Amino acid sequence: MQASSVEIRKVNKFYGPFHALKDVDLNILPGKVTCLIGPSGSGKSTLLRCVNFLEEYDSGEVRIDGQLIGYDAPGKKMSGRKLREMRRSIGMVFQQFNLWPHMTALENVAEGLIRVRGLPKAEAQERASAALTKVGLADKMQNHPSRLSGGQQQRVAIARAIAMEPRLMLFDEPTSALDPELVGEVLNVMKTLASEGMTMVVVTHEMGFAAHVADQVAFMEKGELVGCDTPSRILHQPDDPRIQSFLRTYHERNSF
Amino acid sequence: MDFSIFQQYGPALLKGFANTILCWALGTVLGMALGLVIALIQRYAPRPVRWIVQAYIEIIRGTPFLVQLFVLYYGGPLIGLRLDALPAGLLGLTIYGSPYFAEIFRSGFRAVPHGQIEAARAIGMTEMTIVRRILLPLGLVSALPALINFSIILTKETVILSIITVPELMYQVNRMSTETFRYLEANLVLALFFWVLVETISRVGRRLETRITKHLIERT
Repeated sequence: MQASSVEIRKVNKFYGPFHALKDVDLNILPGKVTCLIGPSGSGKSTLLRCVNFLEEYDSGEVRIDGQLIGYDAPGKKMSGRKLREMRRSIGMVFQQFNLWPHMTALENVAEGLIRVRGLPKAEAQERASAALTKVGLADKMQNHPSRLSGGQQQRVAIARAIAMEPRLMLFDEPTSALDPELVGEVLNVMKTLASEGMTMVVVTHEMGFAAHVADQVAFMEKGELVGCDTPSRILHQPDDPRIQSFLRTYHERNSF
Repeated sequence: MDFSIFQQYGPALLKGFANTILCWALGTVLGMALGLVIALIQRYAPRPVRWIVQAYIEIIRGTPFLVQLFVLYYGGPLIGLRLDALPAGLLGLTIYGSPYFAEIFRSGFRAVPHGQIEAARAIGMTEMTIVRRILLPLGLVSALPALINFSIILTKETVILSIITVPELMYQVNRMSTETFRYLEANLVLALFFWVLVETISRVGRRLETRITKHLIERT
C-alpha cells in the first residue's frame, strides 16, 4: 500500500462573516498518524473535511501527494469527475457512522467497490467480506446496521472505507457517538491500521489515543492552528497557554 | 328503501366501479411518477428551471380540480388538444396529483440524513448513483405513509370526473338516480364501494410499510 501525504497551506474558510479557518498550515507525512485536537467549534472537523473537499475552503491550498484538491487553479473549481477520482483514494469515517440503513454490513462495504470501482459483484463481496473480517465482524456481515451496536457500526464504516484501498484515511471524531465501553474496539481497529502504515488524520477527543498512536498532534482553537508537534510536546509540555488551559479543563473533567 | 333496482343497474355500477379503479390507479401511478420527476428537478436542476416548476406547483395546488378539468376538457380543443372524456380525466388526475406527490417526495428526500449522502460522496459516487442507490430507496421509505394517504384522498377525487362524463362510478350512480329517483340507495352503494376501495388500499399500504421498514427500525 502506498501512503499519501497532505500539505495544507494558508487555508481559509468562511461561513458568511464567521471566519472558521484562519490561514491554517499543516503537513501530514505519508504513513503517519496526525491527531487534531481542540475545543469544539475550533475548526478541527472543518479542516478535516477540507482534505477531501466535503467542505469547500475559500482560499489557500490542500494538496494530496502534491495534487490540489477541489480546484484546478485558485478560484477555479475542479470538475466533479476529477474530484470523485481523488476521493476514491481517500477514506472517510464519520462521527455518526453514516452507514446506509437499507443495506446489510456486507452490502454497505461492497457498494463502493461495485458502483465506484466497477468490480463485479462476486469479487466486490469477496473483498468486502475480507475487510469486514479484518475489523472483526466476520459473523455480522448479513446484519443490517439496525442490528449492530454503535461500535460494530463504526467498524463496518471503517471496513467500507478501507475496502476501497485508500492511501489516506480521515476520521471525524470516530468514537464521540459511542458508549464508553464500545470506544476500545474502534480504537483498536484504528491502531492496527496505523501500524500498517496508513496515513491517518484523526479528529478526536481521545487524548489517550493521541498520546499513544499519533506521530504528531495539532491543536486548534478558534479556527487557528495553535501548535503542531509530537504528542509528548503538545500533551505533556505545551508552551502555549491556550493548549495548557484546554488540557487543564480536560484533566479536570476526566478526574474523579 | 328498495334495492331491487340493482338487478337492472348492477352491471353498469360494476363497470363504473372498474373505471373508478382504473382512473384512480393510473392517475395515482402517473401522478406519482410526475411528482417524482418534479421533486428531483427541484433538488438538482438550475434555479430558473426550479422557478418554472415551482410556478407549476403553485398553480395546480392553488386551483380547484374541477376548474382544471374544465380547462383541460373544454379549453384543450382550442389549442388542438382533443381528448375523450376518459383520457382527459386520467390526464387531469395525473396533473392534479403531481404537485402534492412532488411535495411528499421532497420531504421524503429531506428526511434522508445528509451524512449518508456525504458518505457516498466521500467514497466517490456520482450524484446519479447516489440518487439511485441511496436517496431514492431511503426517501421513498420515509415518504411512503404520506404517499398512501394522498393516494387514498385521490380515490375520492375521481368522482369529479363524472362531470366531464367519464363513465366511472359516480357517473353511473347519477344516471341511475335520475332514471329511478332512488338517490339514497344509489349513493349508499357508492359509499360502500368507496369504503371497500379505501380500506383495501390502506391495508395493503400498511403491510407494505411494515415490510419495507423491517430493517430500518432500530430493534433493542
